[in-house]
Amino acid sequence: MSNEKKMFDGGKVIAGLIVFVILATFPFWYNHGKAAPIPEPKLTEKAKTEKVCILKKELMKSEHMQILNDWRNTVVRNTNRIYETPEGKRYDMSLSNTCLDCHSNKADFCDKCHNYVAVSPYCWDCHIEKPKETKE
Amino acid sequence: MKSSRRRFLKIAGISALGIGAKPVVDLFAASGGHREAPEAKVYKNEKALKAKQWAMVIDTRKFKSSKDLEPIIEACHKIHNVPKMDNKRHEIKWIWEEEFHNAFPLQEARFLPERIEHLPFLVLCNQCENPPCVRACPTKATFKREDGIVLMDFHRCIGCRFCMAACPYGSRSFNFRDPRPFIKETNPKFPTRMKGVVEKCNFCEERLAIGQAPACVEASNGALIFGDLEDPGSPVRELLKTTFTIRRKQSLGTSPAVYYII
Repeated sequence: MSNEKKMFDGGKVIAGLIVFVILATFPFWYNHGKAAPIPEPKLTEKAKTEKVCILKKELMKSEHMQILNDWRNTVVRNTNRIYETPEGKRYDMSLSNTCLDCHSNKADFCDKCHNYVAVSPYCWDCHIEKPKETKE
Repeated sequence: MKSSRRRFLKIAGISALGIGAKPVVDLFAASGGHREAPEAKVYKNEKALKAKQWAMVIDTRKFKSSKDLEPIIEACHKIHNVPKMDNKRHEIKWIWEEEFHNAFPLQEARFLPERIEHLPFLVLCNQCENPPCVRACPTKATFKREDGIVLMDFHRCIGCRFCMAACPYGSRSFNFRDPRPFIKETNPKFPTRMKGVVEKCNFCEERLAIGQAPACVEASNGALIFGDLEDPGSPVRELLKTTFTIRRKQSLGTSPAVYYII
């Protein structure tokens, strides 16, 4: 008999543990099954009629930050301002004047994904967002 | 016997290390080569104006009062989104006016001609051939381009203001505040700046790139002459051949590319 280990205040401890586990895991089961859907950026009419961006959609999705960085460097440092796509189409390398010309809907295009992945690029600290003329 | 076991263990250990290291090295090699985009082809705009050293001659004989300078300053500040600050200490200026004794302190005479004494002189970044600001910049945000323009990469400026201390002409301004609320009409084609960066005249490099003369030159009715200092046939050199000019603080050795006809 003397071997038996006794738990003091067992009921309270176990109840407390259960409450703790429930509280600690609350965010997980509360949000279970309603993960934020992957955002689908909206295209403006102009971008839709254009059909292709400077590169394929998948590449633009994964590489646009590198491309913008390269553009910035070649334009500012090397004074090259014309970009030729693999198809031979030429564009002025400019975020303000080329990218934002088609993608004039920052809130529905840029911000949607950027917010989803919680990044805040500082492009718009200086580059001017197009006025919301597309909103009818 | 003893020593051979020791050797065996040594070799075994080193081989195990080598085999184990390979996947790690591979992983690093893979993460480094992130690019899949094809190597981009980039060109200069064919219409772009080219030079070895851009320069400007300012014919101050054509100016009478501040009224004559206003449209020139306005033209520049408007297209470059230069804010208008009421507080003098926060002022941002790319091109502005200065009296003779401030613009040319080393050329001051005891008696100045009446015309010159209170004549406003147009001053801007001198696009020096030997720019002290470029040497002072710790991040290479300011650099001298192959066409002589002393340009700023605003992306790279950390706002240390060493360049402002280095510039003997006060051509640089610091954004102590967010400039956006102080810009009356923004030009969406040109970026603004943000709080904490230095800015200055860029000799309208964005206009030269599409074959246009700088905005101030265009607005000046021929009082500002623009051209290549290295080209003996350029309008700037033609003028320098026939007319005596002075430059600001020449003795400092910065070799300014803005010349003044007094």
